[in-house]
Amino acid sequence: MSAQSTPAAESAVGAAVVHRLPDDRWRVSEIVFWLIPVVAFFALPGYLVLGSQILIVGLFAVSLDLILGYAGLVSLGQAAYFGVGAYTAGLLAVHGWGEPLSGLLLAGLLAGLVGWLASFLVVRGEDLTRLMVTLGIALVLYEAANKAGSITGGVDGLSGVTMWKVLGLFKFDIVGRVAYLYSLVVLFVLFLLMRRLVHSPFGLSLRGVRERRKRMPAIGASVREREMAVFTISAAVAGVAGALLAQTTQFVALDALGFGRSAELLIILVLGGTGRLYGGLVGAAVYMIAQDYLSGINPVYWQFWIGALLVVIVLFARGGIMGGLEFLYTKIARRAP
Amino acid sequence: MIANLVGVLFDGIAYGALLFLISIGLSVTMGLMNFVNLAHGAFAMLGGYATIVAMTRLGVPFLGALPIAFVVSALVGAVLERLLYRRLYKASHLDQVLFSIGLTFMAIASATYIWGPGLQPVNLPDFLIGQVKVVGLDLGAYRLFLITLVIVITAALVFLVERTRFGAQVRASVDSQQASAGLGIDVNRVFSLTFALGSGLAGLGGGLGIDVLGLDPTFPIKYMVYFLLVVAVGGAGAIKGALVAAVILGIFDVAGKYFVPEVGAFVIYVLMVVLLILFPAGLYGRRG
Repeated sequence: MSAQSTPAAESAVGAAVVHRLPDDRWRVSEIVFWLIPVVAFFALPGYLVLGSQILIVGLFAVSLDLILGYAGLVSLGQAAYFGVGAYTAGLLAVHGWGEPLSGLLLAGLLAGLVGWLASFLVVRGEDLTRLMVTLGIALVLYEAANKAGSITGGVDGLSGVTMWKVLGLFKFDIVGRVAYLYSLVVLFVLFLLMRRLVHSPFGLSLRGVRERRKRMPAIGASVREREMAVFTISAAVAGVAGALLAQTTQFVALDALGFGRSAELLIILVLGGTGRLYGGLVGAAVYMIAQDYLSGINPVYWQFWIGALLVVIVLFARGGIMGGLEFLYTKIARRAP
Repeated sequence: MIANLVGVLFDGIAYGALLFLISIGLSVTMGLMNFVNLAHGAFAMLGGYATIVAMTRLGVPFLGALPIAFVVSALVGAVLERLLYRRLYKASHLDQVLFSIGLTFMAIASATYIWGPGLQPVNLPDFLIGQVKVVGLDLGAYRLFLITLVIVITAALVFLVERTRFGAQVRASVDSQQASAGLGIDVNRVFSLTFALGSGLAGLGGGLGIDVLGLDPTFPIKYMVYFLLVVAVGGAGAIKGALVAAVILGIFDVAGKYFVPEVGAFVIYVLMVVLLILFPAGLYGRRG
């Protein structure tokens, strides 16, 4: 597989971060970045529903970034864990337990458990086998949810999700103020944990797996264990994202588990840029805002242009938006002194 | 019961033959160029629409429209290979997956725009409709035609790969690109021709499959799993493997949907996961 390792190394050249040792001090740009959603809450009160969707999809995209951007594990079925989380939280609320935080926790745990079980299958074989296994697991879960209509509502979706107040204080309102802040806080807390994770020695070893699989065992690092661990964590985070969507929209659609969602997520992450954590968030914002504007005109055009965009990104702009920004930044920084 | 069983087996084999015809190009692309092409189903869809257009607009009969489907898909495949695919042979699998998902989306949107979202009907000639009595069994005429045609094409393919100079070049390139290039084989030309041939066969399969698989713009995604499965289970680059895998898949899918309709779709996915765990490199994989 020598042909495969060369481009991975090439694409990593664009990301200056890769060559540095982990450094988890907060940069000013990061603090500014996190102020944006806070400012948006006060400045754009009419867009809070869209805003919370962006935050949730952003969290989902970051979960994919953990396995794809850091460990280099391509998954076509990330929606499986998103869906498990969404249905867990949704079903809990439908059957009388509408407490949001414990719902999130349970959804994350269950999705993590499913991810852990799936990881035994996923770590076997080459890229193609992995694609097929991740896709296959998602398809099986989709069919299961579809057939078990009496429990999940099948194609009609799961409705009747009623949530209690967050922390017993804040009731979910119609304009989405509570939903937005709730999603933002959950996203931020999980982001902090994931940021810590990728900057830890474990995170560094994941990059080792991505760059040179075969050499990792030589330095005493088990590739299999690391891949299973990160896959499980990623599934748990995806589950929390799914649960957030179920709780804030008070509905679970069957397509939470669909292939479309997994493919869309890949697009979002690649659009933003992989291996940076922030790429997923930026990608989610750009994608969802563009979709909100453009798909209103004609959904068919939207699909065409998103496909074209994907082709162009792969051919000409491997790093996505964040890669482009980093490129500009290094150019300017080089010219300055 | 026995007659049912034979009928299901027969339908399954016909279905598998069709899957084989469409997937063989993908298998060769994967084995030869190590390229994960999720857009392969789009070539089959193109062949399907080419058949429809040739029949309804140009008045070509069904059997005459099939070669047109082959040629149209092969030409489009050749052009795309030259312009786009070639640039990504050395890219990572992730890039290839993304690129081909992008192409698939564009194909789906274009097909919806041009032909609308509906299912396309096809008018088969009279002699392909109804049942034929073979050794006391009622067999679907169209399925019999399908199986015969695929046997002929497979024989031609095996001859092409095993007995001709071009076939030897393909086999050499699958085994080692570097050594083949060193021996003076124009590997790029081999790639282009095989890609075009594979796309053409997919187009032919798409035309033949309108009656069996149905044809609408979501075709490339709906059957993507099946095509990938044939390749993953059969082992990339192996004609025999793809054939065995396609027939196993076809039989299990038809049998599952016939005997246990309530869990029908599971059969195929469970089978896939089990087979991939037992044979991570495919039944006849050349690359472990």
